[in-house]
Amino acid sequence: MNRFTPSLSALRQRIALIDPTPAAKACGVFSLGDAVVDARLGAGLSRATLHEVFADQEEDAGAAAAFALILALRGGDAKKPTLWVRDDRVERRVGQIYGLGLIALGADPNRFIIVCAPDELATLRAAADSVKCGAVGAVVIEPYGKAAALDLTATRRLALAAASSGVLALVLRVGAEPSASAAQTRWSVKAGPSASLTANAPEHSVLNVSLLRHRSGVAGFEACLEWNREQQICVLQNPAVQTLSGGVSAAALFGTDHAKTA
Amino acid sequence: MYLPLLSSERITQKRPDASPDGPFVLTEKRRGAVKIIATNIRAQTLGITRDMTFADARACVPELISIPYDARADAMLLDWVAQGCDRYTPMVALYPPYGIILDITGCAHLFTNGEAGLKNDLVNRLARHGLTTRTALATTPDAALALAQYEAQDVRDLPVVAMRLPHDAHSALRRAGLYTLGDLAGRPSAPFAARFGEKATSLRARLLGEEDTRITPLRVPPALVLDQRFAEPIAREEDVLSTLDELVADMAVQLSERDAGGRCFEASLFRSDGHVARLFIETSASTRDADLLNRLFRERIGSLSDPLDPGFGYDLIRLAVPVTEPLAPKQLQLDGGSVADAEIAALIDRLAVRLGRHRLRRLSAGDSHIPEQASLSLPASDAAPPSHLPSHWPQLEVGEPPLRPLYLFDPPQRIIVMAEVPDGPPRRFRWRRAMHDVTRFEGPERIAAEWWKRRNMRGLTRDYYRVEDRRGRRFWLFRHGLYGHERANPDWYLHGLFA
Repeated sequence: MNRFTPSLSALRQRIALIDPTPAAKACGVFSLGDAVVDARLGAGLSRATLHEVFADQEEDAGAAAAFALILALRGGDAKKPTLWVRDDRVERRVGQIYGLGLIALGADPNRFIIVCAPDELATLRAAADSVKCGAVGAVVIEPYGKAAALDLTATRRLALAAASSGVLALVLRVGAEPSASAAQTRWSVKAGPSASLTANAPEHSVLNVSLLRHRSGVAGFEACLEWNREQQICVLQNPAVQTLSGGVSAAALFGTDHAKTA
Repeated sequence: MYLPLLSSERITQKRPDASPDGPFVLTEKRRGAVKIIATNIRAQTLGITRDMTFADARACVPELISIPYDARADAMLLDWVAQGCDRYTPMVALYPPYGIILDITGCAHLFTNGEAGLKNDLVNRLARHGLTTRTALATTPDAALALAQYEAQDVRDLPVVAMRLPHDAHSALRRAGLYTLGDLAGRPSAPFAARFGEKATSLRARLLGEEDTRITPLRVPPALVLDQRFAEPIAREEDVLSTLDELVADMAVQLSERDAGGRCFEASLFRSDGHVARLFIETSASTRDADLLNRLFRERIGSLSDPLDPGFGYDLIRLAVPVTEPLAPKQLQLDGGSVADAEIAALIDRLAVRLGRHRLRRLSAGDSHIPEQASLSLPASDAAPPSHLPSHWPQLEVGEPPLRPLYLFDPPQRIIVMAEVPDGPPRRFRWRRAMHDVTRFEGPERIAAEWWKRRNMRGLTRDYYRVEDRRGRRFWLFRHGLYGHERANPDWYLHGLFA
């Protein structure tokens, strides 16, 4: 694998020259903060694009939301507000976003604007408008359930809007199966048992994060992460990062020149 | 103006084909008797009057039909007519059940033939809806209404009943040989006041035009109004929008001349048949930006639950700014800070117009230890931008695990819990048909109710537990009420999901 790396990076540079999305270069990339995981991610995660976070099961909604929040904190512009666009039904299903809970994860609640939309299409429209606005730092989009309207076309539109405005767009999905999308990465998150404090109390939240897909061909992996609120970095809990056997690189499915079609 | 046959004409208007051709009356049951409240014109010619009982009337006219009287529908129709009268003057007041007062001071010159032209236009417009209107012009609202109601030419010819005094006062006046206001006019007011009270003299003075009163308009006259009238009604949505664009541009110029801006704007589309559609937009910050307002109006029209129905077209489009606020011209900041703020404000406005302003929320720290009141959601368009907001959020200790959940259920969700001892920590619990075995827990964190705010000085204490199940999911549970002290068998609730 390693001996191909120079030619791969050369190819990537050539593709980057052809690729018409300029903001991706201007806004740069971000990492998760842990050396081992970041090495796995290679060049890092692009800021001006779309990332998907799936909850493994419905009870993992909190863990998935926390990971989306971590991505928004790591990747979003801290000076700009973060919009959290939600379907009304999500609020009934998993609850409201709680200000003190945001603080507990190291986010500033004053920087958050929560948008509740009555249905799926309104959610997507509000999300599209927010992603287009360059004054927004990050947008978390939380549709309800399967959300059939969020298909390849819709995600492509969001990704293009993010590329032109430089906004980090995150789709947070609970109770949905992964389907074709134009997101740069797709993550699946489930909660993991935390290290026990004295007196058997739960410690810092542990997230079992797996990278299911990466458009630039980074192989999928699974890592057990803990979020450090003070330093705003992820810390790898279990030093072994496991490579996913079924991890399919997205580059094989959708070529990078796909950008021109939509 | 006075609409004497409003009630019966509402019936004919609603069912022009099915309505009874013959005489009919609107009746209501009062004190056990069916009383006639209103009659149609045909019944009137047959001698049926108000306040007769239906049985008496039927004895005179056997073919008389009775229809139940609906005061609310009448009031709505009167209100609809009054809304339509907005085209003549901003000062329109309702005088239920059948009267509407228009203050046309300084408005009549807009019509050919002045006051007569305005009157004709009004009467014709309502006649098209099958409404009979009697109008009168006078210097005081009371006099105008009385003249229209009693079809008199001169105030002095009005019967004393027009003063709307109590019933016995009217009969007392009649017994004294005073039948019209003309009889009363020259008499000294002191004995009159002594006999009938101070109110009666002022009523007399108002009718005779000696004392002036102001009407309370239905709608507060806006600070700035722009009108566009059309000789031929327009019906296409594009035409309406381009007219609105022009009006908005004019308004922006007028506002900038005054160094003012507005936070709410109202477009009224007057349909030629008298219906008025009103579009209302609000902005989070005071503005006079024509492009922004045009976008918001388009957004508003696009988000209407029932689309605009132009019918036979609009013949008047009005743009109004109810209240203006001072707004100095803005200078761009060098770091672009205000530009970014303005972009966010514009985004919030656009989403708020489409979704409703209560759907966009900012989080703000609440001054309470009750979890659901410690973080408040306020409409984003009301709250100050974060840079101006002092932060009252609690500070956390370094290295402390999250003690509050990211997602909070409001209201909390009821769960079934099994514990080893009734006042001990939960062992396993059932939430949404799934069992969760608790492997780790911390608690209780005891949160008392705000008993000082309650009338009975009591309230159930909550014992919160942070728990983790076998698969590592973390939940926030509480027991509602202290076992043995406040509740014999306290309920359990799930209040939030941790990361």
